[in-house]
Amino acid sequence: MSLSERLHPGINLAGTDPEGHEAAEEVLFGFWIFLMSDLVLFAVLFATYAAMSVQGIAEGPGPAEVFDLTAAFLETLLLLLSSFAFGFALLAMKYRENRRSVLAWLLVTGILGVAFVGMELHDYYVMATAHEATPQVSGFLSAYYLLTGTHALHVSSGLVWMAIMAIQIAVFGFDKRVKLRLMRLALFWHMLDVVWIGIFTFVYLFGVAS
Amino acid sequence: MSNRVPADIMPGAYEEERRERLSYVIGLILALTLTAGAFAVVWLDLLSGGAALAVLGLLAFIQAVVHLRFFLHIDLERSHRDDLMLILFTVLILLIMVSGTVWILYDQHVRMMP
Repeated sequence: MSLSERLHPGINLAGTDPEGHEAAEEVLFGFWIFLMSDLVLFAVLFATYAAMSVQGIAEGPGPAEVFDLTAAFLETLLLLLSSFAFGFALLAMKYRENRRSVLAWLLVTGILGVAFVGMELHDYYVMATAHEATPQVSGFLSAYYLLTGTHALHVSSGLVWMAIMAIQIAVFGFDKRVKLRLMRLALFWHMLDVVWIGIFTFVYLFGVAS
Repeated sequence: MSNRVPADIMPGAYEEERRERLSYVIGLILALTLTAGAFAVVWLDLLSGGAALAVLGLLAFIQAVVHLRFFLHIDLERSHRDDLMLILFTVLILLIMVSGTVWILYDQHVRMMP
């Protein structure tokens, strides 16, 4: 086989599906370009938040008063384990092409993702009711809801995408296109976890530490 | 999931699957350790002020690299330098935008002081 073993970041199909492997290089690189432009969106929201969380508190509560670190820690674990489970779903797809094990791993990933979004909504609810910290109170809170809300919206759309992929796997099996789509969803999912590292560090931990 | 080797699995692939799984497990362990470390700094009050922020920032950077390496499989291999270049260029743009925004808005804030 003259093809390089590893043509692109992420799981490579070389060895088990040379044809899919060759087709993957182009579409996955294109998806990386999308991911990086999405990262630029998050960076701008982070920059806004960084300025607002220090200078935009106005008369409202500060970060240390409204954030619940225990919830943030649990959310971190949920998203991390969900990312990990997706890795195993992809390996099951690559080496076994076994529908049931891939769907089982996707279900684990999805449940952890739903739990993550649920916990975030619960955080919002607690903040809005117990601390009266709603988005319109201060620039800091507007920026906080915008940043974490954009991330939660990304995770939610990832979950919808995951449900669609589960249906495609059930209907079409491991067609080349289905495989490439699942590989792109994996990149999206792992990248959201990387963005979350920024959120739990620069929003939650920085907010409580400083 | 069963551990037996399916009949149709390619020879040599089983060993490789084990290796790739191990990579995810190593990534998970490193990420968990770094996350726990970052939260411990705040929960146990190990550091305070600027030192705490610096250590938290460093831990976040290392964890981002761990995720890129073990979950997104970015490495320094020659075959996919394009992706690495794309990421590094994006990081450069991000740094310029974020540090520029924070700097300018802070400067404006100071000038607004009564």
